[in-house]
Amino acid sequence: MADSNAKIRIENLVKIYGKNPYPALKLFREGGTRDSILKETGKVLGIADVSFSVNQGELFVVMGLSGSGKSTLVRCINRLIAPTSGNIYVDGEDVAHVSKERMRDIRRTKMAMVFQKFGLFPHKSVLENVAYGLKVQGMGQAERDKKAQDTLEVVGLAEWSNYLPSSLSGGMQQRVGLARALATDAEILLMDEAFGALDPLIRRGMQDELMRLQAELHKTIVFISHDIQEALKIGDRVAIMKDGYIVQIGTPEELITQPADDYIQAFTQDVNRAQVLKTGTIVRQTVTVILGEDSVNAALDQMQQHELRQMYVVNRQGRPVGLVRRSDLEQAVQEGQNDISAVMERDFPQVSGSTSLEEIFHLYEKRRSLAVIDQEGKFKGVVEQSDVLASIGRLTAKSKEETAAVQDYVAATV
Amino acid sequence: MIDILTHFPNLWGELPVFLDPFQLFTIPLQEWIEGIVDFIVDNFRFIFQGISVPVRFILSSIESFFIWVPPTIMLIAIGLLAWQIAGGAIAIYSLIAMTLIGYFNAWEETMTTLSLVLTAVVLCAIIGIPLGIAAARSDRFESTIRPILDAMQTLPAFVYLVPVVMLFGTGEVPGVIVTFVFAVPPLIRLTNIGIRQVSQEVVEAALAFGSTPNQVLWEAQIPLAMPTILAGVNQSIMLALSMVVIASMIAVEGLGQMVFRGIGRLDIGLASVGGISIVLMAVMLDRITQAVGKPTQNLSWKDRGPVRLFRSLTQNQKPASST
Repeated sequence: MADSNAKIRIENLVKIYGKNPYPALKLFREGGTRDSILKETGKVLGIADVSFSVNQGELFVVMGLSGSGKSTLVRCINRLIAPTSGNIYVDGEDVAHVSKERMRDIRRTKMAMVFQKFGLFPHKSVLENVAYGLKVQGMGQAERDKKAQDTLEVVGLAEWSNYLPSSLSGGMQQRVGLARALATDAEILLMDEAFGALDPLIRRGMQDELMRLQAELHKTIVFISHDIQEALKIGDRVAIMKDGYIVQIGTPEELITQPADDYIQAFTQDVNRAQVLKTGTIVRQTVTVILGEDSVNAALDQMQQHELRQMYVVNRQGRPVGLVRRSDLEQAVQEGQNDISAVMERDFPQVSGSTSLEEIFHLYEKRRSLAVIDQEGKFKGVVEQSDVLASIGRLTAKSKEETAAVQDYVAATV
Repeated sequence: MIDILTHFPNLWGELPVFLDPFQLFTIPLQEWIEGIVDFIVDNFRFIFQGISVPVRFILSSIESFFIWVPPTIMLIAIGLLAWQIAGGAIAIYSLIAMTLIGYFNAWEETMTTLSLVLTAVVLCAIIGIPLGIAAARSDRFESTIRPILDAMQTLPAFVYLVPVVMLFGTGEVPGVIVTFVFAVPPLIRLTNIGIRQVSQEVVEAALAFGSTPNQVLWEAQIPLAMPTILAGVNQSIMLALSMVVIASMIAVEGLGQMVFRGIGRLDIGLASVGGISIVLMAVMLDRITQAVGKPTQNLSWKDRGPVRLFRSLTQNQKPASST
């Protein structure tokens, strides 16, 4: 295994619809496009040589317009659609080439699926629906009912267990679909446009709910979506598909800041960049004063040297403890005060690197820059108001250069 | 025109062969079929006699039971059953219809016909539903069976009456067989359609959780196709009833025989009694079986009809006995 962390690894996956796809496959290998293959053989190219891997615990979104092959892709992973060529490794086992019996076993224990139109059994109660995967596994009635009831508790539908799905609203029905998938304890969730059929408000609620559950459960999720906002909001990484092939794979920030081509850029054009970009990606590394080591004079020297107006004070563990301004330091030097803790402002804004830009606007006041900290609370650098404004501006030709400069700066310093 | 024909009676006979190619030869289809049927009768009759054993057993058990039960008890049973399945209005209709039939002095014939129809429908269900499921699973099987079903429904019943008699003899068993041939196609078709109409996503969901094909069938497809399958059963019953008169031509007893005998003797009264009884019974069976397919209320069967009455009575007694 090249990447031991990969839960699902797809290599050179090709799907061509129809009986006897091999002439069309040959044509594709010789460089045929989707249109030329359709013209010559009448076969539809569903997936065109796709390779990627999904890591353990990752929420991986496959995004594309209808007909881009994203639903075909997710169905190949649990082989509801048989791939024409290529390999799909799940925990190192090639599910594209295992026996039917083994595939059934994998579906029962390793992967569960959530469907766009919910795919609930309309003749079974909510509880029976949630317990279905367990029933197929061969679990006894009492045990599976208990487990299904517990799972319904998790999605907040405990009181609805004896109703039929038709008496529930769309959002509630999809919670049942989600509970059915969670009940089997499968490590992999395949979600095929799971929130696509819901109202916008309900959809947002479900996205938050999914992210909350994911923070607790750390499933490996392949999430299909046609909504770029949704993809960028929930995805750890996003793959964008077009005409059966993958155009770009990257984190939401990468897709926004470094679109691979005009297609991606057109997609991300209307996206609220402040929502997607994280503070950590535009952080500016800077010099700091270390509390208890540096004197007021040393701090002032540094500031003059780097032409700074303010500096953060960190303790010996690297955590920010205060902010000093140049004017205050100059005054302190005149007064002969040499203790930094006496002149620093202890009340300063700090945010973690994973906070989106949208959430930090209100923190800017009194011309202070923001202290950005990492997961352990250590000082990573600062973000100034001008950095934020520069990064959320539209990518015009001019600002593209600026953004690239910021990126280079971050890449060089982080 | 007529003049010409009378003057030249051999005009058509003198036509050259290429204008009337049919005078060249005749395909001996009659002889072939006779030969085939004779061959089957001579060599395989024992198979058909074997088939008739279980059919005769089912038929005679049902029939002798229906005739043995006193009419009053039968009326009560029909009334309760109709009430439970189809509700009060249909129950009242059923009681009136069956009472009328009784006073028409056609009770015994009705019971005979009812048992014949029931046997044929049971046979249809046993054979037709599995064939319908097989057709839903395999496109090739579906396209093979479709012309056969078309033939079974369009071939005039009189045509296969003769070979059936040669193979099974006369009487009630061949009557059931003839009825079966005519009544089974809609059940096969509707079972096929019903299963194919089950939402693809539900089937995918069942598969995605690791169901075997049999689990998909029993957990999802059959329960969801059930209303359509029951509509097929309803159609089978209706077609079976419409075969009653034709079946009476091969000595099947019952209401059909009344009609047949009435026609033979130009006894309009006797034929009408038979015919009206058939219609009364047909409407009753239709309404009851339709109600099985689509329960009008969302109540479970425990909260409907006589069962609910019985339950509420026993529950009312409990507090009374405890005081």
